[in-house]
Formats: sequence, C-alpha cells, structure tokens
Amino acid sequence: MSLVTKSAAELTKAMAAKDVSAVEVVQAHLDRIDATDDQTGAWLTLTADQALADARSVDDRRSNNEKLGPLAGIPVAIKDVMCTKGTTTTAGSKILEHFIPPYDATVVANIRAADGIILGKTNMDEFAMGSSTENSAYKVCRNPWDTDRVPGGSSGGSAAAVAGFHAPLSLGTDTGGSIRQPASVTGTVGIKPTYGRASRYGLIAFASSLDQAGTFGRTVADAAAGLQVICGHDPKDSTSIPKDVPDFSEGLHNGVEGLRVGVVKQFMEGGEGVEPGVIAAVNASVERLDALGAKIVEVELPHAEYGLPAYYLIAPSEASANLSRYDGVRYGLRVDGDTTHEMMAATRAAGFGAEVKRRIMIGTYALSAGYFDAYYGQAQKVRTLIIRDFDAAFAQADVLVGPTCPTTAFGLGDKTADPLAMYLNDIYAVPASLAGMPAMSLPVGFDDAGLPVGLQLIGPLLGEGVMLQTAAALEAELDLDLTPQGPNALAAPSKDTA
Amino acid sequence: MALSNDDVRHVARLAQLDLTDEEVEGLAPQLAGILAYAEKVSTVAADDVPPTSHAYPLANIFRDDDNVIEPLSPEQVVANAPEEQDNQFRVPRIIGDPT
Amino acid sequence: MSSDWEAVIGLEVHVELATKTKMFSACPNSFGGDPNTRVTEVDLGLPGTLPVVNGRAVEYAIKLGLALDCEIAPSSEFHRKNYFYPDMPKNYQISQYDVPICGPGHLDITLLDGTDKRVGITRVHMEEDTGKSTHVGESGRIHGAEYSLVDYNRAGVPLLECVSEPDIRSAEEAQAYLTELRAIVLALGISDAKLEEGSMRCDANVSIRPAPRAGNAHDPGEPYGTRAEIKNMNSVRSLGRAINFEITRQIDVCESGGDVIQETRHWNEDAGTTSTLRRKETLDDYRYFPDPDLVEVAPTPAWIEEIRATLPELPTATRHRLVSDYALSHADAVTLYDSGLVALLDATVSEGGDAADAARWLANEISAWQNETGEPAVERLSGAHLAQLLSLVADGTLATGGARKVLADVMAGKGTPAELAQSHAQVSDEDQIAAVIDQVIAEQADAAQKVRDGNTKAMGALVGGVMRATQGKANPGVVNKLLAEKLTTE
Repeated sequence: MSLVTKSAAELTKAMAAKDVSAVEVVQAHLDRIDATDDQTGAWLTLTADQALADARSVDDRRSNNEKLGPLAGIPVAIKDVMCTKGTTTTAGSKILEHFIPPYDATVVANIRAADGIILGKTNMDEFAMGSSTENSAYKVCRNPWDTDRVPGGSSGGSAAAVAGFHAPLSLGTDTGGSIRQPASVTGTVGIKPTYGRASRYGLIAFASSLDQAGTFGRTVADAAAGLQVICGHDPKDSTSIPKDVPDFSEGLHNGVEGLRVGVVKQFMEGGEGVEPGVIAAVNASVERLDALGAKIVEVELPHAEYGLPAYYLIAPSEASANLSRYDGVRYGLRVDGDTTHEMMAATRAAGFGAEVKRRIMIGTYALSAGYFDAYYGQAQKVRTLIIRDFDAAFAQADVLVGPTCPTTAFGLGDKTADPLAMYLNDIYAVPASLAGMPAMSLPVGFDDAGLPVGLQLIGPLLGEGVMLQTAAALEAELDLDLTPQGPNALAAPSKDTA
Repeated sequence: MALSNDDVRHVARLAQLDLTDEEVEGLAPQLAGILAYAEKVSTVAADDVPPTSHAYPLANIFRDDDNVIEPLSPEQVVANAPEEQDNQFRVPRIIGDPT
Repeated sequence: MSSDWEAVIGLEVHVELATKTKMFSACPNSFGGDPNTRVTEVDLGLPGTLPVVNGRAVEYAIKLGLALDCEIAPSSEFHRKNYFYPDMPKNYQISQYDVPICGPGHLDITLLDGTDKRVGITRVHMEEDTGKSTHVGESGRIHGAEYSLVDYNRAGVPLLECVSEPDIRSAEEAQAYLTELRAIVLALGISDAKLEEGSMRCDANVSIRPAPRAGNAHDPGEPYGTRAEIKNMNSVRSLGRAINFEITRQIDVCESGGDVIQETRHWNEDAGTTSTLRRKETLDDYRYFPDPDLVEVAPTPAWIEEIRATLPELPTATRHRLVSDYALSHADAVTLYDSGLVALLDATVSEGGDAADAARWLANEISAWQNETGEPAVERLSGAHLAQLLSLVADGTLATGGARKVLADVMAGKGTPAELAQSHAQVSDEDQIAAVIDQVIAEQADAAQKVRDGNTKAMGALVGGVMRATQGKANPGVVNKLLAEKLTTE
C-alpha cells in the first residue's frame, strides 16, 4: 500500500514503530499533490518547505524520545478561511489576495501543538459562501470521483484533498452544511461539532452564530482524532463552551446495540430535486443499523422546512456586517478612489464575487430600517422552533439520521445560474446548524452512477460521542472501498512507495 | 415582493458596494426571489416564541482586565496596509462626518 | 435669552473608562502614544478576530448606573451599529441599543443661587471608541484635506455613554450637570474624565419652544422644537458658550420666520459660533442587530450588591456632610470638593483640628498651593500636621503670617509644623514690638501724622510696616494695641 492511502491512525502507528519517518509521510503526500492537483484544484497555497521542516522536527524529537502530540507527523490540510501566521490567508477571495495574518487561528494553533504537519491552505467558496467551491475567486476545484463534477462546498478543497489522498486529515468550516455536504459528495467523513466546541478565533467570519470548525477524514476514527485536537474551550471566543471535551475515541467500538436511532421523517420524504438513489442508500444503511441491534424510531422535525429560509436571512445578515471590514483601508485589496468612501465602494465592488455581493445585499436589506423584525427577528424565532423540534426528537432518540444532501455530486456549472437551486443543497444540513447540534456525514453507499452518498448523523448538544459511536459501527459494518473510481475519477495512488 | 433598481441601489449604498447597472438589474429579481423564499419565516412563529441568538445559551463571559497582552508592533499593524505613511494608514480625503 | 422662548437641552456624555485593557481586547488601554502602538489584531479588526467583554468595564458601567440611581438591566446585550468610516476598523461599532446595561435614573444638581434640580438620566450604555484620523493638507481640517492618516490607538477603548433626558433649560444647568457628572465619575475612579483631552466628551441636543406663561409649567406632553446636536465642546466653559450661542441662533431663526433644521453643528471655540457639520436629510440606517460574537450580560443581584458596597461617598453626599457636620457654606464645600481636599479636611478634624479653621486654610492657602504646583496637597501634608498647625495658631505660638511660612516649609518637606514653629514663632513681647513701632513711625511720619489727625485708615500702612519689619512674626493684636497707644498718647 502507498503511504498516502493509509489512514492517519495507521500512519501514526507506523511512525511510532519507526517503520516510516514523518518526512517520508509528508513527502509522499506532497508528491501526490504535485502529481494530481492540476486535476483537483484542491489547494490555494502549499507550504511544502515548512511542512518538511516541521516533519524533520517531529522525527528529531521522536529519535530523542521526546513526548509528541497526538497528530505527530500527520499531514493536515487547512481550509483557507483559517488564519495561519505568516502564510497567506484569502478565504477564497480576491479582496484578501495578499493578506498575511500575524496570528494563528486557535484551531490551527491546536493542530500545530498536536504536532500535526500543515501542508497548506485549501480551496473554498469565497468567504465560505457556496455549495460547490465554484465561488472560489482563484481556481476551479474538482471532485476526485469525477473531475467534471463539483466537490461540494464551501469546504470543497479540504474534502477533495482528503478524498484524493493529498492528506489523511483536513480542517473545514460548516455554517450551513459546508463540511457535511462536501463530505457527502466526495465520499469522506465530515464532522461539525456542537456550536461552541471548537474555537472560532481566527476563522474568517461568515455567519458568526453558525460558523463552526470541523474535520474531514477517510475514516470516522481519523476525523474524530482531528476533532479531538481542535475542540476545547478558548477564552478568546466568547461563544466557546467552557466545558471539558470528552474522549471522542472512547465509544467508537461500542456498537449500536440498544441505541435509539431516529430517522427524520421530513428528510426522507423525497420530492422535487431529491435523488431517489440517495434515499435508497440512506434506507439501506438504516436497515443495517437495525440489523446491528439499534432501535429504529421515526422522529419529526416539523419546522425543518423553515430552516433554509431562516438560514438565508440569518447568515447573510450576519455576513453583511462581518464583511464590512474589507474596505481597502487596513489590509487586502484597494481600488483607488477620489474620496475614502469612493475608494471603499470601488474596492468592495472589485474584490467581492457575485455570490458574496448577493449575500451582502440580502443581509443589508434584511437588517435595514423597517425590516429587522420581519426578517432577522422572525428567523431567530424560527430558530427557537427548530431547537424545540430537536429537543422533542432527542426525547425519543439518542441520535438522528437522514440524508446529508438531496443529491450526489452534480456537474460543474449545473447550478451556478440559479442561486436558490444551489441553496437547496443545504436543506437537510441547515436545521442542525441553526440548532447548534453536532452533525456529520458518513459515506454509506453509491448511487446508480457510482457516486458516493452520505448519511447525516445528528447528535444532541455536546453529544458528539453517541453520534461518532453510531457512525463508527455503521462504517465497520459497511466496510466500503472509498477509493474514487469511475471513468472520470482521479487516478488512484501508485503503490510503489513504502 | 418586487424590488426596484432604486431599492437595490439604496441597499448597495448602505453596503458600500459600487454596483454596475448590469449588476443592479441582475440583482433586483434575484434578491426579490430569495427574499420571497425567506419570507416563509414570517408566518410560522407566534408572537410568544422568543428569538434564539445562539443555540448553546451562555451569559456573562468576561475577560479579566488584569491580563494585559503586548500589542502588535506598529510595523506589524501596517504590514498588510495597501498604503501607509509613518506607521499610519493612508486614505484618500474623507467626506462627511462619521455619525 | 428672550423671555418668549424656553430652551430644551439634553446632554450625551461619553466617558473613556480607566481600565487596564480595552473594551473587547487585552490590549493596554492608555492615552496617547505614537501612532498604532496600542493595537492588537482584535483592535485592528483583522479577519477572524473576536471580541471578549472586559469584565471591569461592565463593573464600572454598573458603578456609574448605581451612582445615578439607574435601574441595572437584569439582561442586556451588545449590538452592532453599522456604518462605514475609516476610523472604525470593522465598519461597525459594538455598542448597546435597545437593552442598555443601565436604564432610567437621575442626577441632582445645585445651581449657583443654591437651588436644586433633578435631571433625568435616560440610559447609560457601554461601547467601544473609534480610532482617529489626521487630515493632511493646507487647512489641517477635514474639509479641503488632500488625504488622511488613520491611527487606531483609541480604537476599542471602553466608553460609557450617558444620555440625559431633555430636562435641562439653560447653559448654567448644562454646566452644572456636566460638572456634577464629572465629579461622580472621578469619585467612582472609573475615568480620568479630562474634557480637554477627550477622555470625557459632551454633545448637546438643543432646541427651543415658546416659553410657558408666567407661573405655568409646560404640560408634560408639550412638543419640543426641532433640535440641533452640538459637538466639539472641550470644557465646561465651552459647553456654556456653545449652548448660549445656539439658543440665541435658534431664537433668531424662529423670530425671523425661519425653521430650525435638524442637523449636527460644530462648535468653533475661536470664533465662538456653531456651524453646520452634517444635515440629517434622511433617517440614518445603522442596521443595528445583536452582535452574534458576544453573549448576554446578565449581572446577578449578588454581583450588583457587591459593586454597590464598593461605592464611595458621592459628591452630593460629601458636600451635604461638609455643610451639616462642619457648618461650611455651600460655596466653601464646593471649593473644597473640587480641589480634592475633603479627605484632608476629614483627617484634620479627626486629629482634633477645628473644622472651620481647617476649611479656611484648605480653601485658601492649600488650594492655592495646589494650583501653583499642580500637585495634590495630600502627598505633602497630613491631617495630623494641619491640625498641629491650626493649634499653633490658636494658642498664639504662630501669627497668621508665620503660620503661612511654616505651611510653605512643611509643603517643601522641611519638617513638621511643631519643628518649624520656633523659627517663625509669633512675637508678643511688648518691648520688642514697641522698638520696631518706633522705628516704623519714624520712617512713615506722614502716615503717623494722619493717624494722629484722626484718619484711622492710615493705621493699616503702619501695621503693615511693623509686620514686614518682623517678617510677619509680630502678634497683630499687640501691634495694634501699642500703635494706638503711641499715636494717641504722644
């Protein structure tokens, strides 16, 4: 087996046994990126020299028998929405083309402290607004399963990097599905923890009350191990939950015997725009859970249908203010103007892409005089209703399941003309975002075209453990081969190394 | 709901976005469509439903004033500046009073 | 003011809090410094940075609220106030909007004629300050500048905004309000409250309406006139001048058939006039919404009581105490209070000093010394030493002149009054004084003759001469007595 196809857990074991060095591991992944990223477009910035230096440091410390962090030597891809000290951080936008932060996001600092090796920054929809990574101001990002299809978004680069064997682990952010949806369409595991579990400090803000960092891996254990490292209370983030984080690996082998698994009725109804193959794969995995001894119950989220409309008021409203700081004064792009305000308006016109402008406009309108109560205010009330729905559902079930998104990966350009059609990708993802619940996507099968289908699992607040336990049991039971395959798939890694 | 081009221009002014006429004309129906979709929320919640700003309720998260950190050096402060002069940010002339 | 009109004034006062760190970042909070030397990534609004509320700033806000008898909101929140301006790193200001931390309260003021008045406080809320821009060009002002330079040292400095009800009716009341609010802020120790440096800033909303007929008050529902907001008053005196100018201007506008326009006006100290800064043509649209980066501020009753217990004696209470306990006049009480000498007075009295004597010395010599040196007297003089000085005067050891010199020496750090008294002791020995008197009468024969001719006013010159000749040590009673004897018996 090639080094790049190994899981982080396997690599950790091999490095601990000194069968392979961190430098070799990192070099193998850099080589894979070098060989294939012209097809995936997963990366915006590579920091190869720094990564190799960091790997050497891990190897040196290992040979000195120094204590190493839990991700020692593991290559990690970082979504370009996370600030990295000294490394360009653009959020996929022209307005931040040459921005170099003087500080690390807390989640990035956590990865470094765990001795993870940061390979670089991944492609994304501009300011994390999008479901296909087609809103990147820099380059097209492609799905390793079919390079004519999108990798989902907004964390498309981080998903493609893991699916394409560029790294066993990556970080993304999820505001209304931006980890789960790309995980679903790239056949990877993507986890969004409870809102407040992982610090938002240093995450370039999209919608502050929803943004949450999380991880991608090719296995539940890898994604959970990464999650363990990035979670924890951060006094620099007022919305960070001041509670200890339990050991996420603890229940991974406990099975689902006796667990109550709630199937969300509203997510299974299908309808226009929902691919039957997705519902079929989800149903099949529910049967497997049943066979494993889980108690399957049907639960309802009656207000789920109001989630997406509420989301499209809350997120753009918050974004409209969060993105005001990009004005050409302190950092980033500047387009000259005769007065400061003309300069600002010209800079923002040139620096933001169409989708970002659209959302700034929606948000500005929704917050403008006379509309606040009808829009933002009402949306925040819907949020209450959705939380109440979840509370009722979690009275009946320990974990909820349903599809992550209505379809498998769609073609590049298929939905760019119709913003609303694009937004509908997140219809199942958004309720958990609004309610702050931990949620994840697990690959559970394939549609007729051979494209991966994701199952969404949702835990109660701070209930990552039960969600991961369920996912791990199903993953083991399904034992899928998640190497991208098909006529337009990225070539599998060669098997000549290690 | 309908949005006129002037409505769009007004919002663009608030958002400090210099939109082209073409963009304005494209955005008017798009924003109207999205807002019409979003308006579904206006009917569902009764008056007695309280709003939720964060799913995990927290209060009184305060920083200890005695913990003081080193500021950035002025060179770091202006390191990303499009235009700087004497460690300050240089901007074109400012028209109008802030508030 | 023409008696046909009544002014209606409300004040908005911003107070920069003297915390160690800024409102939402752990950046040092201190005045001045080279440009951009007090800036962290949070204050600069760099992408990804987040605010965290300074707990001490909240405590100070509650302190001021309690001092103004405000209701402390059981739950309040921060909003974002959105507008684009280069001084503001995020292009929104974190402020409080519909649920401020302190709700309605009041402030009592005393006018120069001794009448008391209660001014309503609408609210006190917390917010962050903005940076500062310097306008570069020939004029040095914003208009006609070629470009501007922005410094964010002040960005994020914690501010309290205290808004009064429109209860103020004259420049004098406005000045008394600002003076009293400043005294409270200083007593609480929450700000250095320097109007000239901008750590306390006052804007005035001024309007006029027809005066009520003599003896009648306005109905509570009586409408106000259109108001102008006046900015840029850097002292209590400018506030009074600006308001008086503005009232006169508005009366002129109305009496010549015009309408007052709702606008912001700039006070120009040199010209003594206000001028239009910005017209409010359309309603400002700040798109306020709750800041999702911050959580609710919900002070517990226990915390509020803990803060209440730390409140010092407030200025009004102190002055009332000086009047009632020490029998000082209101004016003396004000002088002592404003000079920061009340603690020294209290200490002197507790050391057995006479309150009235102590107050006189404090209000005159000691206050003058402070004004001259710019130093607080308490650092040089203890209550025990002032009491000692007073008793040396009372028992005749020191004459007034000698006591002044002893005080000067004490302030110069040369010793205690008891140690220094010897060299400045009063001379009451009649023979010694008589000798000096003879000499003075010889020198000032003209004056002596006038006294002999019955012009008692001329006596002063002779007494002054004797005192000068004895370096102020001669007992004035003895001098007067001996002079009178000599000039009538001769």
